[in-house]
Order: sequence, then C-alpha cells, then structure tokens
Amino acid sequence: MDKVLVIAKKEFGSFFDSLVAYILLAAFLGFSGFFTWIQGSDIFMRREADLDVFFSVARWTLFFFIPALTMKMVAEEKKTGTIEMLLTKNVTDRQVVLGKFLGCLMLVGVALLFTLPYYFSVAWLGKMDHGATITGYLGLLLMSAAYIAIGLFASSITNNQIVAFLLALLIGIFFHLLFDFLASGTSGYLSELFQTLSLTNHYDSISRGVLDSKDLIYFLSITGLGLFLSEYFISKR
Amino acid sequence: MDIKVQNLSKSYGPQKAVDNINFEVKPGEILGFLGPNGAGKTTTMKMIAQYLEIEKGDILIGGQSLKDHSLKKNIGYLPESNPLYSEMPVIDYLEYVAALQGLPKERINDRVREMVKICGLDVEKHKQISELSKGYRQRVGLAQAMIHDPEILILDEPTTGLDPNQIIEIRELIKNLGRHKTVLFSTHILPEVEATCDRILIINKGKIVADGTASTLRQQAQGQEIHHIRFSDEVNTQDALDQLRQLASVQSVEILDATKKKFSVVSKPNLPATREIWNTCVSKNWMITEFIPFETKLEDIFRDLTMN
Repeated sequence: MDKVLVIAKKEFGSFFDSLVAYILLAAFLGFSGFFTWIQGSDIFMRREADLDVFFSVARWTLFFFIPALTMKMVAEEKKTGTIEMLLTKNVTDRQVVLGKFLGCLMLVGVALLFTLPYYFSVAWLGKMDHGATITGYLGLLLMSAAYIAIGLFASSITNNQIVAFLLALLIGIFFHLLFDFLASGTSGYLSELFQTLSLTNHYDSISRGVLDSKDLIYFLSITGLGLFLSEYFISKR
Repeated sequence: MDIKVQNLSKSYGPQKAVDNINFEVKPGEILGFLGPNGAGKTTTMKMIAQYLEIEKGDILIGGQSLKDHSLKKNIGYLPESNPLYSEMPVIDYLEYVAALQGLPKERINDRVREMVKICGLDVEKHKQISELSKGYRQRVGLAQAMIHDPEILILDEPTTGLDPNQIIEIRELIKNLGRHKTVLFSTHILPEVEATCDRILIINKGKIVADGTASTLRQQAQGQEIHHIRFSDEVNTQDALDQLRQLASVQSVEILDATKKKFSVVSKPNLPATREIWNTCVSKNWMITEFIPFETKLEDIFRDLTMN
C-alpha cells in the first residue's frame, strides 16, 4: 500500500507539473459554474434548491476530461521506456496500476472539492435535499473511477496517447450513451441487458439519492475489470 | 551476492534471442558483456533485472531463483536508453525512486544527498532532467540505479553517447563501485572492457562464444608471440631474413617493408623468441631501431568470434 501511495502522489504531482491539472480544473469549474449559475436553465431560472444542473454538466465534462488525463499514464511510459525503469524497481505491476488509478482519482476528487461552494451556496439559498446531493457527489466519484479504469486500460494497450484517448472515449460512449439508446430501441431480455450495462442508468439512480448495492457493484466491477485488464496488458511485455 | 545464469533461453517468435547460455558473476567482480547488436545482451540483462520473464532455464541471485522470488530490491538496473521522467527535477526524481525501492523515509534524504555527491550532480541537482546534458542524464541514470545500495548492478551500455572525459569518469565510478558489488555491464567500446572489467563475456546470436579475462582471450586466440623488428640501413635484408628464419624458436619471418628493413617475426607456440632474436642481432652486430611486441587486438578477437 505504501508503494501505491508513493506512485499515486507522484502521478498526482506530475499532473500539476505538466499544467494538465490547471487546465482541467479551470475548464471543469468554468463549464460547471457557467451552466449552474449563469446560463440556460440555471438555478435561478429553475427556482429549485438542488444541484441537478451541476451534476449533469459535470457528468459530461468528466466524461471528456478523464480520457485526457489517463491517455498518457501508461502509453507515454511505454513510448519513452520509463515503464522499464519503473517496473524494475521494487514494485509489482499491480501497485503501479493502482497507484496511477489513485493519482488520477485524487485529481478528480480535488476538482469536485472545489465545487463544494456551490453546495453551500445552494443550501443557503433554499431548502435542499442533502442526501441526494451527497449521493450525487458519490455517483460522480464512482463514475469517474470507472472511466479512469477504462482510460488506464486504453492507455496500457498502446504506446500512442491519441489512440489511447480515442479508444477510451469510444468505450466510454457505449456506457455513457449508446447502451441507453440500445435499451430503449430493443425489448425483452436484450433491453434489460442494455439497461444493466448502461452507466447513465446506474448513475441516475444513485444521484436520485437511492444507494442501491446493485449500482455500487456495477461501478466497482467496471473499475475492477478495467484495472485488471490494465495490469494484464502491462505484464505482457 | 552472486549471479548464476543457468541454461537460459528466450525467443521472440521463431527467433531465439538468448539460446541456452550459462555464466556466473561473483561478488566483487566486474563482468563486461560484449556482443554485436542483437546478440542477446539486452534481453539477458532485462531478464536478470526482472523486466522480462524467464522463458527457459533459470537465474539465481544469491542462490535464490528469480522464478519464485522478487529480488528487485537487490538489483540496481540502468536500462539501455536510460529512460528518465524528463519533467521531474533531479532531486525529486531520486527521492521518488528511493521511495519506490522501499527505503525508509528518514534515510531517503541522506541517500539522495550521498548519490548526488558520488555521481557529481551537485551543480545540477535542482534542474529539471530535460535540461540536463547527456552526460549528466547518464549520471542521474546511474544514481537512480544505485540509490538503494544494491548488491548487484546491471548496467546496459552506461557509456554510450558520452564524450571521452565523461567516459573515463563513469568508468572510474563503475570501477570504484565494483569493488564491493557484483557488476554486469554491456558495452560496444572494446578498450573500455579491458580498462574496467575483471572478466569478459562475448555473446553472439544468443550463444556465449568466449568467457575469460582479456589476457586469456588473447592467448586462446593467438598462443604465439609476434614481434615487429626494424634494422638500421646497413643491414642486408636477405641476410637478416635467412638468419632469423634459422632460429629454433621462430616459426616464420616476413618482410613488411624491404627498404625500411622491417620484419614481422612469429614465434613457435609457447616458445618465447625474444632472447634468441636479440642474441643473434648482437652477435651479427646489427643495430635494431624498432623492436615491438605485437598483440592481437581485442577488436580482432571480437571480429573472429562474432563474424561467421
């Protein structure tokens, strides 16, 4: 666990070294703030004390930003050869994957922490459903974990960052959008299967404030599978 | 700790990169690993460093098999192209590697400071790695390999791309370290092997073709002494040729340059001819202007063993 934290800290730090972190934070807060408070169906327009707008904007921004964070994590190390240096240190492949995963999740966590003022402001403005808001944040974190794992997997099968980015988006769009479409276009077992696979579906049920073990298991198994596959492709060398 | 490589093989597809090799490196020994490009040096070193899995055979480190144990903490490894995190400052990078190797927190600072001193990185320690010259990068590479004070050092071409002064510095560094550690290092620069290594291993097409000290390799390749002799102008060429050929210890004499009176004399195997040649010249009152013992160059041995 020590080593995982060491790697996570380094990965977290290198987001800031390469300015990626600042760009992500600025864009994330900019987008979500703009749509939550200023533009379109914002809070004042809706006259409801909740963060639904923020959650749906954050859902989409994270969907695009996470592949941009994960794309270089393994692919670049493979390309420059630093992966060889890293893996011949006293660490296991699994510790490397978990460390990178955690480092990225920490950055997303920080981005979400910066939106806590939204929460306090809305709570001050009106009567708020605190439970639904907390599970909304939890849903965002779980969704991010799943997309980070998918992104790491995409990054570990190539040494080209762009390929890793596009592949992560391609896989992501199925979970984010397409399974949901497919579910409404089909019927019976098939529809149920797509319904189960759709990440949006599970996310919605969590962000409504219902914490079902089914949804937890869903997110954790996507995360687990992504990390497992990343480790497998890193160990194949 | 010693390294024992036993019947080690590894293939990439149908091509055998390493083909059933056996060798041993003892503690306190510096072993030079030679071979043309693609001979299997790097593959072997990657397997010892536990980057690549062992396909067939075994590698024992201090008696323990790499198949069942992770012995990474005992090994310091410098990969061939010396990959480094170029966006990190030198000190941060070394601290990171020290933490990865599992050094306790309170020792990390001391160790990093020590490595910076040993590797001569003091002036550059706060720079980003991408700002360093190649020589300093190589030093950072060596520093990261040795940060946890491993008993075994695996260095894959540590001196490529350095200027002659840097090569000598790095060579001295390796020599000093090698007294207490087991060192295996590969190179293309043949004089470097002689200057640094206790033993030489030559590998070609995945197989070991020579194993021994530089002088034993020479003897194996040669077994005979060769001298280049030049006489002063008054000596008769034909006379000298005849007289030298009659000597019991001389196998053959060739004229290298008739006008300069230059000859090449090859002795019989294991019979030193120097004294006999000298005595003959003295008795004939020939003046010698050059008398050069001629060694087979390591380059020639290398070519003989690896070109076929």
